[in-house]
Amino acid sequence: MRKDKLDALQSVALNVRGHIINMSVGGGCFIGASLSCVELLVYLYAEFLNVDSTQLQSPGRDYLFLSKGHDVPALYGTLAELGFIDAGRLNNHLLTSDSIYWHPNRAVAGVEFHSGSLGHLPAVAAGVAFDCKLKNENNNVIVITGDGELNEGSVWEAVLVANAYKLNNLTIIVDRNQFQANIRTEELIPLEPLADKFEAFGCNVQRINGHDFAEIERALKNLSLGNSKVNVIIADTVRGKGLPSIEARADRWFCSFTQQEADGLLNELHGNEKALIESETLIVR
Amino acid sequence: MGYEELLIKTALGDERFVVMTAENRALVRNTAGAIGNRFIDTGITEQTMIGMAAGMALRGRIPIVHALAPFLTMRAYEFIRTDVGIANLPVKLSGYIPGFLSDGNGPTHQAIEDVSIMRGIPGMEVFCPADEDDLLNMLPAIWHSPAPSYVRINHKKGNYAHVPFQQGKAEVVSTGRDVTLLVYGFLFENAFKAKAILEEKGLSVGLVNMRSLKPVDEDIIISTALKTELIVTIEDHLQTGGLYSVVAEVLLNNRLTASVFPLALNEKWFKPALLQNVLEFEGFTPEKIAGKVIAEFHHHKKIANA
Repeated sequence: MRKDKLDALQSVALNVRGHIINMSVGGGCFIGASLSCVELLVYLYAEFLNVDSTQLQSPGRDYLFLSKGHDVPALYGTLAELGFIDAGRLNNHLLTSDSIYWHPNRAVAGVEFHSGSLGHLPAVAAGVAFDCKLKNENNNVIVITGDGELNEGSVWEAVLVANAYKLNNLTIIVDRNQFQANIRTEELIPLEPLADKFEAFGCNVQRINGHDFAEIERALKNLSLGNSKVNVIIADTVRGKGLPSIEARADRWFCSFTQQEADGLLNELHGNEKALIESETLIVR
Repeated sequence: MGYEELLIKTALGDERFVVMTAENRALVRNTAGAIGNRFIDTGITEQTMIGMAAGMALRGRIPIVHALAPFLTMRAYEFIRTDVGIANLPVKLSGYIPGFLSDGNGPTHQAIEDVSIMRGIPGMEVFCPADEDDLLNMLPAIWHSPAPSYVRINHKKGNYAHVPFQQGKAEVVSTGRDVTLLVYGFLFENAFKAKAILEEKGLSVGLVNMRSLKPVDEDIIISTALKTELIVTIEDHLQTGGLYSVVAEVLLNNRLTASVFPLALNEKWFKPALLQNVLEFEGFTPEKIAGKVIAEFHHHKKIANA
């Protein structure tokens, strides 16, 4: 990847992380799961998806579904940075005057479907992919799932069915940040060897570093439309990526920070000293 | 003592109890350490958790199972109905953040039909405590009953000293000639405060903490219908299938009629926000409850006098 392109993407990602930190104040958000998928969302929207902010309902668009749902601050931050929505609107987080809260809502331009109950959108995305095939249309249909979310049986049902109908226009990206809510996946319900599992279910599997734009680009270029398999990209990521003081910590799932703590985190995000955080370390939503 | 202390004490006192969660540890953070291998976290797998609970109950265990209320009651609904309900097994369901308690999570997390669908399962009992004190009052009887049950977990601290729980009985806080507020769960406190506002306006106000929606206290509904001018049902639940429906069923069953005014969510999900803002927006603060009740009471009087 050329350096100027990489710099531009990294600059967008940094701003998106700033938006996420701001949304962790005044009621909080699922900050860790949002920070882990920033590069994926930024690359998809900036470089890959055929979506036009002025024609969101265009039938020829590519579809992106956020199945894990907790990462919606990352999506809103990305949409704001790329001009889909006004960045000022992010200040409406948790206000009854808007629809920006802890999980995605279609009332926000750019959100294809609501989520929050895990394991739903692989099936919904399969339905969209199926119809695209029926109509001989070439839309890409992408669904981002969490890794803890893979506990839900409905994910695997959707994969079985999607492969039965040869939905190679469907791509499942697993944000493999290694955590369920407050426990490491491998400590609770182990997923590894995860690539083998998806392969056994008939998928075309790639495994990448989900924070490396060049690897994300390569994987998306390698989506196999030549064979009849559902694509799976397992993106290894770090929960809380970008903020060393909360990275990969079991207790930093849902966080509600004070303004002072958020200011410290913004400072930390830009490479300065670590933030001082005294808020309760574990809130279960 | 809180919910988890009671849970641990119950499990340590009786080997039949097992504690399960579909990776929702809000209520059971320390239980694993306290009860060892009788704590089972199945991961984010509500259906499998219920199926396993049924299997353990078949072998004489009493599983107390935990998940967020919407996923527990709806994701696993058919497993509850079929594996727990048909076999009538003593599986005890603890639903976390029911009703308005899901505040800013959004419609996916709103269990506002849970009372309706759970009471629709033959043999399933449904309980809705007003606060933590009420919850702890009720749980020992619920957990030791042979019936399957669903509890709308509400462990908010309250200020009201509740009377001891009796199976199938409501708690009568006061009786009133003009209006009687029938309420359950988390809205008890706001109904209690609304009662004070209404009394300041000169109304004679009854207040009943329903506690048990199934079995329901039919006697209290019947006597209220006979002794008060206007019954108001208050619930953070859809208008269909919850307390308003229960009251209608009891009255019809007893060939009675009454003026019943529902304060519920009518054909809508509620606006996600922090809890206090939800209550303001949806009209469930004490002031808004009282305002709606007064307006309805005057409307009712006008019709009655016409």
